[in-house]
Amino acid sequence: MDEFFEATITVNGKAVTRRVQPRQHLIDFLRDELGLTGSHTACEHGVCGACTVRIDGQIRRGCLMLAVQAHGCSVDTVEGLTDSGELGALQQEFHERNALQCGFCTPGMLLTAQELVATQPDATREEIRDFMSGNLCRCTGYQSIIDAIEEVIVTRRKGAQP
Amino acid sequence: MNDRTRPDLLAPRAEKPGAPADARTATGYIGLSVPRAGARRLLQGRGTYTDDLKLPRLAHVVFFRSPYAHARIRKLDLTTAARQPGVIAAFDGRAIAEYCTPWVGVLAHLKGIKSPPQHAVAIERACWQGEAVAAIVAESRAQGEDALAHVEAEWEELPVVTDMEDALSNRSVIHPELGDNICFKRDFVTEGFEDAFAKADLVVEETYSFGRHTGVTLEGRAILADYNAGEHSLTVYQATQAPHMMQDIFSRHLNIPEANVRVICKDVGGSYGIKVHVYPDEMATAAISVMLRRPVKFLADRLESFLTDIHAREHKAKVRLACTKDGKIIGFDLDDLTGIGPYSVYPRTSGIEGNQVVNLTGGPYAHKNYRARLNVVFTNKNVTCQYRAVGHPIAVAITEGIVDLAAQKLGIDPAEFRRRNLIADDAYPYTFPSGLKFEQLSHHQCLDKLLALMDYQGLRAEQKRLREKKIYRGIGLAAMIEVTNPSPAFYGVGGARISAQDGATVRLEPTGMVTCLVSVTEQGQGTEGIFQQICATAVGVSIDKVRVITGDTGTTPYGGGTWASRGAGIGGEALLQAGKALRANILELAAAALSIDKNALDVSTDAVCDKATGETKMPLAEVGRIGYFRPDTLPLKFQAELTVTRHYTPREYGFTFTNGIQASYVELDTDTGFVKLLKHWVVEDCGTVINPMLVDEQIRGGVVQGIGGAMLEECLYSPEGQLLNGSLADYLVPMSGDTPDIEIAHVCTPTRQSELGAKGVGEAGTAGAPGAVMNAINDALAPLGARVNVQPFTPERILRALGKV
Repeated sequence: MDEFFEATITVNGKAVTRRVQPRQHLIDFLRDELGLTGSHTACEHGVCGACTVRIDGQIRRGCLMLAVQAHGCSVDTVEGLTDSGELGALQQEFHERNALQCGFCTPGMLLTAQELVATQPDATREEIRDFMSGNLCRCTGYQSIIDAIEEVIVTRRKGAQP
Repeated sequence: MNDRTRPDLLAPRAEKPGAPADARTATGYIGLSVPRAGARRLLQGRGTYTDDLKLPRLAHVVFFRSPYAHARIRKLDLTTAARQPGVIAAFDGRAIAEYCTPWVGVLAHLKGIKSPPQHAVAIERACWQGEAVAAIVAESRAQGEDALAHVEAEWEELPVVTDMEDALSNRSVIHPELGDNICFKRDFVTEGFEDAFAKADLVVEETYSFGRHTGVTLEGRAILADYNAGEHSLTVYQATQAPHMMQDIFSRHLNIPEANVRVICKDVGGSYGIKVHVYPDEMATAAISVMLRRPVKFLADRLESFLTDIHAREHKAKVRLACTKDGKIIGFDLDDLTGIGPYSVYPRTSGIEGNQVVNLTGGPYAHKNYRARLNVVFTNKNVTCQYRAVGHPIAVAITEGIVDLAAQKLGIDPAEFRRRNLIADDAYPYTFPSGLKFEQLSHHQCLDKLLALMDYQGLRAEQKRLREKKIYRGIGLAAMIEVTNPSPAFYGVGGARISAQDGATVRLEPTGMVTCLVSVTEQGQGTEGIFQQICATAVGVSIDKVRVITGDTGTTPYGGGTWASRGAGIGGEALLQAGKALRANILELAAAALSIDKNALDVSTDAVCDKATGETKMPLAEVGRIGYFRPDTLPLKFQAELTVTRHYTPREYGFTFTNGIQASYVELDTDTGFVKLLKHWVVEDCGTVINPMLVDEQIRGGVVQGIGGAMLEECLYSPEGQLLNGSLADYLVPMSGDTPDIEIAHVCTPTRQSELGAKGVGEAGTAGAPGAVMNAINDALAPLGARVNVQPFTPERILRALGKV
């Protein structure tokens, strides 16, 4: 357990180099080493999605990946995507519809929803429910979350029309 | 489970409920769907949950837990574990008991309830799989977990009792010093009961079983205890619903003066009743902080959550209903058995859930005869205690299940059967046979509204049409009553130091802003949001001028916290009164400063104005400036009081009952046993609605937790008492693809006990959903001659009912 590896990871656009234990999960690295506590651990099993982060442009579970595996990768978290404004439309819609209660699942929900918004601009309500079904929310019952994402998708579609 | 072929069943995306920031009604902000300000930081990942906190010299504690459901500790050697890298200390139960006294989870008003003393860390014997028997403290959580592998333990296995009926038989007694396995027993019967049942035209009987399940808060239980030897003080950061209750308990069990204990509750990642109890590992963490004189953190991982977060709702209830041939209910007869694990949980006890089932069964109906028997028994599984909607999901499901069965036997439509039997809307105040008093309910208004909302007749016609095509759909109704705003009759009278009153302090800041400090806590319900609305309305300021602080025993008034749907109704009323008092004091100051009669003044939109013309007389910032910095300009005898505290306790009724009714529409796949939940409707009467959006979201979330219990969730134990599904891969909870859209409407009957008129609503969805879903499934099964009564309704259970497996 005393062995360390040096890992260089671009986190929210900035390269960081740290000596990490090979057994350390990415989510623990982000939270404990970098203080990026916006991403959460909940099931520690890859089921609930609370630890969702973005690796090289694609969402991944931070609890199913080791920090050393992210060496050379680009990692985005809710903190970075908030600062860049990328999550702004979803955050606004989630806020106005109260699509969160305790907020513990919310960063993971937002990252997952943002991937859907970016990759499936024509998603129907049912496709949204399907896509989001890997993220557990124990508070809301999901309907307001689905409403919020649908609103963002529909608004974008309207905006994209000539 | 949504039906892709039926787009008409999918609710169109709701109109955006958020009200513009400058919107107000005639009553200020009460009744507006204001988005809650506190949600913004959570959306940006800037919440502060307890595990996000770090303090200098922070140590981490992990627990060595019993692998057996019942075993004597023959040997426990921690010396090797204590020598592992990063390990600071290792303690057994005896060492921790020197700093933390044991507790007994009983209440005086639950007559005869008994439970043995429970220690923070077990001594000599473990009574369920997962009970902590040693604690390892290390520089990091990982190092602590590494050291767990070096704990040397030898065990002598003892007889295990997992089955409730086996426990009731006392074949093997878990705590021999108590004499038997019965924690609590209650027998209740109204006069003339036997005679009334003997004369009935029809008596129907059925037995319902409920799998034990748990809250699954996404954030595990979390505590960071920081003992400061220099001041003999303990600061505890804890994910809890009841900071003052915990302050009292840390004080008494760790022998630290109450005023030296401060409990701070930062953001909480879900609670639902799970985080309102005393947990041995959390008490041990606080004790270890005292022992080591440094901050110590404990966070329950997911397996620990499943093994040690309270479970709930393991019941087997036989119920009988007697009625006349024209469908008039004569009475109910209940025999309920529930298994609670090896200890009654402190300080609320594990007797309350069963007691609620006795109190509430048959609750919506106008009958005079009731008999109930309750047995609460010890078992060698994890402990159970109060989880969202305590007892209601059981009482509602068995009541509504047997009501539907009676209607079916008599050939009366279930909605019509309810109409004939629900307590009339003009019958209040009303005393129910179990002794509960209802101030004012609205069952018939709710029923009418529900049937219109769901187009009941249209759905029945559609169901009939589809049955001809061998598509089996079911419609289920569940009427309910619900305990909210509890008075001291709930816990205080039984000797528990659990506050039924709450307090609010409101302070005008020098710039004209208002800070309020309230003893009710926030775990995502939107408590702080509605407090902003109430405070802004009461004082007369715009909502963006109000700041709310909760969850800190060091700053807020004393109070009960958040549980039993009490935050809005009790804390909200205290805040309303405090805000009104501050408004009066502001007017006193302005009147003195302006030499105008205070009765000619009012506060509106951040300023003192002329009551008649609305003309601004003095901005609140000026009131603040004079009050704090230039009181010398005021009359000599005048003292400004720009901070006010008020308290509120509901007294007149034991509980402020609410009522509502839910409906579920399902489709059954007779080949696979899968049930699709097509749609769910709720009509609820929670009195004054402070924020309709937040109320509806509380109901939706509650419904989905109820659906979880009805369809998916069960803590499965082997006969040896081993939990078989302690991960979220094996214990299923509803995900977005499993849940239906939920339509909600309201009837509004404000309680007359408070000026605000708010009743509770946070548990209503969970209370009614399982009964509605069960009735819908049985309605779909009815033409096939099958019926289910064991929750959760898994595909296997449905196929068994159909005789297919």
